[in-house]
Amino acid sequence: MSENRISRRSVLATGAAGVGAALAGCSGGGGGGSEGDTIKIGVLEDQSGNFSLVGTPKWRASKLAIEEINDNGGIMGQQIELFDPDPQSDNQRYQQLTERLIQQEEVDALWAGYSSATREAIRPIIDREDQLYFYTTQYEGGVADKNVYCMGPTARQQLGSVVPYMIENFGTDIYTIAADYNFGQLSADWVKVIAQENGASVNNEEFIPLSNQSFGSTISNIQEADPDFVMAILVGNNHSSFWNQRTSAGLEIPMGTSTVMAQGYQHKRLDAPALKDVYGGFNYMEEIPTDRNEDYVSRYYDRWPDAGYANEESINNYFSIYMYKKAVEEAGTTDQEAVKEVLNGGMEITGDRSPEGDISLQGPVHHMTHNMRVMKCDAEHNITVEDQRRIPEQFLSETVGIDLSGPDSELEEQFTPTEYYDAAGE
Amino acid sequence: MTTGFGAAGMLTPLVIGDVLGALDSVGVPIPQLLQMADNIAFIALAAIGLTIIFGMMGVINLAHGEFIMMGAYITTLSVNVASIPLPVAMLLGALGTAVFGAIVERTIVRRLYGRLLDSMIVTFGLGLILTQGTRIIFGNSLQSIGTPFGNVPGYTYSGYRVLLLFAAIAVLGAVYLVFTRTEFGVQARATIQDPETARAMGVDTDRMYTITFAIGSGLAGLTGALYAPSATIVPGMGQSFLVESFVTVVTGGSSVLLGTALAGGILGTINAIFSNLYGNFIGQIALLITAIIVIRLLPDGLTGLAATIREKIGERQ
Repeated sequence: MSENRISRRSVLATGAAGVGAALAGCSGGGGGGSEGDTIKIGVLEDQSGNFSLVGTPKWRASKLAIEEINDNGGIMGQQIELFDPDPQSDNQRYQQLTERLIQQEEVDALWAGYSSATREAIRPIIDREDQLYFYTTQYEGGVADKNVYCMGPTARQQLGSVVPYMIENFGTDIYTIAADYNFGQLSADWVKVIAQENGASVNNEEFIPLSNQSFGSTISNIQEADPDFVMAILVGNNHSSFWNQRTSAGLEIPMGTSTVMAQGYQHKRLDAPALKDVYGGFNYMEEIPTDRNEDYVSRYYDRWPDAGYANEESINNYFSIYMYKKAVEEAGTTDQEAVKEVLNGGMEITGDRSPEGDISLQGPVHHMTHNMRVMKCDAEHNITVEDQRRIPEQFLSETVGIDLSGPDSELEEQFTPTEYYDAAGE
Repeated sequence: MTTGFGAAGMLTPLVIGDVLGALDSVGVPIPQLLQMADNIAFIALAAIGLTIIFGMMGVINLAHGEFIMMGAYITTLSVNVASIPLPVAMLLGALGTAVFGAIVERTIVRRLYGRLLDSMIVTFGLGLILTQGTRIIFGNSLQSIGTPFGNVPGYTYSGYRVLLLFAAIAVLGAVYLVFTRTEFGVQARATIQDPETARAMGVDTDRMYTITFAIGSGLAGLTGALYAPSATIVPGMGQSFLVESFVTVVTGGSSVLLGTALAGGILGTINAIFSNLYGNFIGQIALLITAIIVIRLLPDGLTGLAATIREKIGERQ
C-alpha cells in the first residue's frame, strides 16, 4: 500500500515538474507558436458525447477547409498540420487538451468548443497563454477578449432578425420559453429588449430545465395564454421532444427560435409536421438556395457522404479557417500577435470562402457582421428564406462601446445586457 | 401488455372525449387531469423495470436508462427500416431488450450478486458502452416516428401521452399477475427471498435469476418502446428517465407493484400540480422535495407505510 502511495506521489511530482518546464518554455516564447515547416492548427470539436450531434459537423467542415487549402498549396507555401483530438463533450478534457495543444503542439491558432460553458472553461487558459482562439458557435454575445474571435452570430443578431419579423407578421403578444441556463436566460433578456424596441411585449416567460423532456404543462399553459407567437429558445436533445409533443397536442401558434433547426437539424430528424410554422433567425442553413451555397453543400457531402447536415456552426468553422489563411498571408507570418493585428483591422470574407454570402469581420470587437436570414419550416419540413439582412454585432460595438484594436486591447471580459437595458432585468 | 394499450387506443375518440366533456361540465380541471395522467404514467413506466431489478434482486442497474434507450432504438429502427407496424415494433423493442438482459445476466451480472458497489460500477460501464456503441453504429440521432392519435378531443394535449397511463396500469397489472399468480412468480420470489431453501425445494435458481433480470430489462425496453414516438431518439435519451426511476424506487420501497403504483401516483400528481401552476422547474423541485420528505419520514418507503397500516388493521381485528 505505502509503496503504491509513494510511487503515485512521485509520478505526480514528475508530472508537475513537466508542466512547470513546459510553462517556463512557453512564457519565453510569449505564445508565439511554432516556426516550423508547417502551420499548426488545433481543432477541438466534439465527435462523441452530448454535443457530438452538433460538434461533428463543425469538425467535418474544419477538415474540409484545411484539406482544400492544403490541396491548393497551403498557406504561403506551408501545409497545414491539423491537431484534432476528440474532447468528448467533456469540459475537463477540453481544458487538458487546450493546455496540450498550446504547450506541447504549439498550435498557431485554435478552434474549440460548442457550448458557452466550454468556452468559459478554457478562456482562462487561452488568456494566460495569449493564444489566438476562434469560437464559432452562435452564442449569447458580449465576449470582449483580446485573444478570442467570435465567429458565430450573437443572440442579438439572431433574435434581431427573427423577433421583428414575427412581431410584424403575427402580433405583439409574446410568450417566451427558454432553456434554464446562462445562454437561455440571456437570450430571453434579448427577446425582451428587441420586443420593446419594436413596440411589443413579452407577457409570459418560462425557463425549462435542460433535463426536461415532458412538455404537457408548458403546452397547455401556452394554449391558455394564447399569445400571438412563441419564442422557443430550446436547447439540446431533451428539448427536441417539445416539437413532437406540440404537434400531437394540436398547438397551432407560430413559433420563432434561434436555437432549433440550424444547429441540430430537427427538421431532418423529426417526423413532419413537427416543425410546421417554425421561424428561425440564422446566418446559415444548408438549404440556402444560392449557387455559392449549393456548390459548398455538394463539396461537403462529397467529402463526407455519411454526414447528416451542414449546420450553422460548421459554416463558421469553414469560413474562419479561410479568414485565418488570409490574415496570415497579409501579416506574412504566423506570429500570433501579428495575425491578431491584421484581424483587428477588420476583413471582408467573400466568394466561395463564405457559403452564407459576403460577410465581414468587425475588427475592433472581434465579431462578424452576418447575413442573417429568417428561415421558415413548412408542414412538409421544406425550408424557405423569408427575410434577409446584413446585421452587425451591435451590443459591444455600439451599446458598450468596445475597441479591442485600440484602448481596450487588454480586455478579457464578457458583458451582459442586464447592465445596459432596463427591459432585460425585469 | 401492448394489446391492452391497443384496446385503450381504440377507445380514445369514442369514449374519452365524452368522459372529459362530462367531467368538465361538473367543474373538474381537465388540463391538470391530463397532465397528471401523463406524469403518473411517465414516473411509473420509468421505474417499473428498475423496481424489479433493484427492488427484487438488489442489483443497482445504472444501465437502466440505456436499456430504455435500447427499447426505443429497436422500436424506431423496426418502423423506419423494416416498416413494421408500430405496436409490433414496440413488442420487438421489449423482447429484444429482454433477450439482451438475459445475456447480460448470464455473462456479467451473475458474478456480482451481493456485491452492490461492484454491480454499480459494472452496470455504469455497461451504460457507457451502450451509449457510445449506439452512437458509433447508428450515428448521433435517428429519424423519429410521429406520435399517433393526435390531441385529446377538445384539449391542447397529446392523446398518446395520456393513453400511456392505461399502458402503465396494464403493465403493473401484468407484473402483479406474473409474480403472484404463476408458478414462475412464486418460484422467482422464493429464489430471491431464500435461494438455498428454494434450491432445496427443487427450484432452478440460476434460471429464476436470469428470467427475472430479463423481465426487468424487457420492461425497461417496453418503456423505451412506448416513449419512442414522443421523444427524440438519441443515444443519451435514457438519461432523462434516470432521476424519476431511482426516486420512484426509493420512495416506493420494496414492493414492486404497490411501491411503484403509490410512488408514481403521489409523485406524478404533485409534479403535475406544481408544473401546471409554476412551470416545469418548480414541478421538478416539488417532486424531489416530496421524495425527500417521504424518505425522511418513512425509511421503508411507501410500501413500509402500507405494511404498517395493514398490521394495525390486522391487530384491531
